[in-house]
Amino acid sequence: MSWTLLDTWMVATGILSALSCALLGNFLFVRRLSLMGDAISHAVLPGLAIAFLITGSRDSGPMLLGAVIAGVLTAMLTQGISHAGKVEESTSMGIVFTTLFAIGLLLIVRAADRVDLDPSCVLYGSLELTPLDTIRVAGLHVPRAFAVNLGVLAVNVLIVWLLFKEFMIGAFDPMLATTQGFRPRWMHQLLMALVALTAVACFETVGSILVVAMLIVPAATARLLSNRLPVMLSLSLAVALGSALLGHLGALTIPRLFGFEDTTTSGMMAVAAGALFFIALIFAPRTGIVAHARDQRALRNRIEKEDALAALYRLEWKEGRAAELPALRQLRRLLRRGLASCEDGVWQLTARGKAEAEDVIHAHVLWERFLVDHANMREDHAHQSSERLEHVTTPEMREILTGTVEEPVKSPSDEPDLPPA
Amino acid sequence: MSARVHSQRRGWAGVFWLLLGLLVFVAVSVYAESANPALRRIFSLRDYNTRVVMGGTGLLGVACGVIGTFMVLRKKALLGDAISHATLPGIAIAFLVMVAAGGTGKYLPGLLIGAAVAGVVGMGTIILIRHHTRLPEDAILGIVLSIFFGAGVAILGVIQKMSTASAAGLETFIYGKTASMLAADGQRIAWAAFILIGVSLLLFKEFRAVCFDSGFTRAQGWPVRTLDAVMMGMVVTATVIGLQAVGLILVIALLIIPPSAARFWTEELRVLVWLAAGMGAFSGVVGSGLSAAFPDLPAGGVIVLVAASVFIVSLLFGRSRGLIFRAMARYRLEQRITRQNALRALFEASEHMPAGQPVTETALREIRYWRGMQLRRALNRLVRGDLVTRVPDGWRLTPDGQEEAQRMVRNHRLWELYLIHHAAVAPSHVDRDADLIEHVLGHDMVKELEALLAAATPEPPVPVSPHPIAPAAGKGRV
Repeated sequence: MSWTLLDTWMVATGILSALSCALLGNFLFVRRLSLMGDAISHAVLPGLAIAFLITGSRDSGPMLLGAVIAGVLTAMLTQGISHAGKVEESTSMGIVFTTLFAIGLLLIVRAADRVDLDPSCVLYGSLELTPLDTIRVAGLHVPRAFAVNLGVLAVNVLIVWLLFKEFMIGAFDPMLATTQGFRPRWMHQLLMALVALTAVACFETVGSILVVAMLIVPAATARLLSNRLPVMLSLSLAVALGSALLGHLGALTIPRLFGFEDTTTSGMMAVAAGALFFIALIFAPRTGIVAHARDQRALRNRIEKEDALAALYRLEWKEGRAAELPALRQLRRLLRRGLASCEDGVWQLTARGKAEAEDVIHAHVLWERFLVDHANMREDHAHQSSERLEHVTTPEMREILTGTVEEPVKSPSDEPDLPPA
Repeated sequence: MSARVHSQRRGWAGVFWLLLGLLVFVAVSVYAESANPALRRIFSLRDYNTRVVMGGTGLLGVACGVIGTFMVLRKKALLGDAISHATLPGIAIAFLVMVAAGGTGKYLPGLLIGAAVAGVVGMGTIILIRHHTRLPEDAILGIVLSIFFGAGVAILGVIQKMSTASAAGLETFIYGKTASMLAADGQRIAWAAFILIGVSLLLFKEFRAVCFDSGFTRAQGWPVRTLDAVMMGMVVTATVIGLQAVGLILVIALLIIPPSAARFWTEELRVLVWLAAGMGAFSGVVGSGLSAAFPDLPAGGVIVLVAASVFIVSLLFGRSRGLIFRAMARYRLEQRITRQNALRALFEASEHMPAGQPVTETALREIRYWRGMQLRRALNRLVRGDLVTRVPDGWRLTPDGQEEAQRMVRNHRLWELYLIHHAAVAPSHVDRDADLIEHVLGHDMVKELEALLAAATPEPPVPVSPHPIAPAAGKGRV
């Protein structure tokens, strides 16, 4: 693998557009409009075609304008149809963008009589070609795509920075925004215009798949890692940066592993973002699959321990002596933790085990009494429910329960009498 | 009563579509006779290839309409979007595998199998993410869509740099190639459509339950997850067979637009499903017919535009939720409320006058606010309904009008008393609240109020107003 100046420009341009998209993606995510990027990427086609038919040239200026108009139109029609026809917003989005795409397709095929206007060329730029088309900025030769994306990113950052509070309240609570005088609908239109502008600028320079992916995946990944919007914003930017870098590396290296040449960078950037998403899905500290499994396991172990303690206590109380039992897994665990002792198959709770078991049974009896006295449960049904509740009783709950039942607490089922606390 | 209204509405929708179909048929045949022999040949189905194409797209429309209805009701309309994009890596990998096996890579059934496998994997990924996170549905669909499509783009990038095989032609999957549909393709679509329709009929009850209240359905012990997976599997099937017929993007339209359009006509699922199927078939047949008749009209695009036109017509004229229908219903309600307000104002104004004396317009305007000509128009309409008569210096209620006005005032005051006695609202505040509710109090409700207020309402027919009838202009606007 060889890294050249071309690669640096490609990655830099990719990073810029990824950052722009990821920034706006957070607000789309909150508004449940994540697919807007995909919709706009298809719906700009008639805008491009009409701009071409009017001007008769492939200049990027009019095309960009046409595409932005089509993008904003998509957002407005989506809202309009959803509002007027009481159609769900995603449904109305689907109706609008497929129809616009079909119109664009027909226009382009009709126009193709006169001049070659390949949809894939009009629609999608390519990251690979960006370093070839350069302009002079402040005496330096930089790729045009780099300059365009830098400008777009600057506009996005500026607007989001200035209107962060308004965007946030507008996205989470339009009602509150209205009462505060923010005009959430205008905020929404502004956001949609920004998305359309960004998406179109990026399509033209780096291709559509990167835009679609970066509007969705970084924000969703960040959401797995945080509950707070400001944190989510910075995390999503980090994910976007990481996917752009890893994506290009992947495009250079991965196909070679299978004996092919290198491949499209923008596609691999989307795949890299996907990889980061799945890493977050599996390893997120609180909500990830691993963390979840760990919590489940800890809970299961605790419940098992408490049940074993209580069972041993009840047995000893009923029989009047220590019980003779086979060395079950649960009992061996108690032994390891120093909660029970075993001599010749006779199992006995240690002082510490006894105290813990009494705690569990105390909670159990409290719940039984509460359910029978205050929740109208039948006496013979209370035991079953208490079996579950006893494991999730916090000290505060125990205190409240104690306040609701009469002393001395007497179990409605066959439970051991506890020594007075 | 409501059952009759329903069947009436259904009848109207049926008549409307029949008429529209006839109209299109007549227009097309007149045009065909006069001007365009190509069009005539196509719509008279003389051409074998045209028959295949129109039959195939029509059946595709039926199948997509049926499944799409469930997806739209389940608020997962864009699932087809995600699935259809997710097929791209499957197509590309199938191509690579077939090239590696020594073929050209463009063996259609092979590519379709690749697409189906990728669609199922995409569907599995959606279910996996849905199960393990609380991300909103649209984000999940977007994630799967972009990752899979990105992977597809990357693999296509590899293919393009291969020296041994040419990838040209793979993009027909994105844009469709309806015109060159073969009999075998038509057959494949027909089989798939029959299977999809059969499954929907078999599981109709289950799907209905899942669509309308999945939580309740789960609580009743239905396997909601499995049913969801079956539905998604049906979307994959429809998408894969639609891919080649109308293209990757436009198959989404067939899944979304006809059901959404049908939704404007009916409130009943069974009717909705058939209507959506009919609209899908209409779009497919007319769209592919038009595309065959004119040069340079790609069928996929025309089919979607026909569907979109059906949608716009339905949005405007739908008998159940259409804009015009709703606006008319709203207008009628407003008229009725104004008339009832005028009656009540007449009654309340004459309450404190010697019997038989006519009420002047000024007196009515003192009782409540009326916009411009609103009062005069309402009174004129009441005169036409024989509820009010015009006398030289004002207006007077007829015996019929008196009775109707009594009923309105009674409703109003019963509600006021209810608010005062049972909702602890101050007597000075009840007028406005009652003003809103009096027009919609049903017979049973009035009976209940009477029973509830038996002690507080000494003498029927009309209780005394619990507050002074304020001569304040501007209160109680409608």
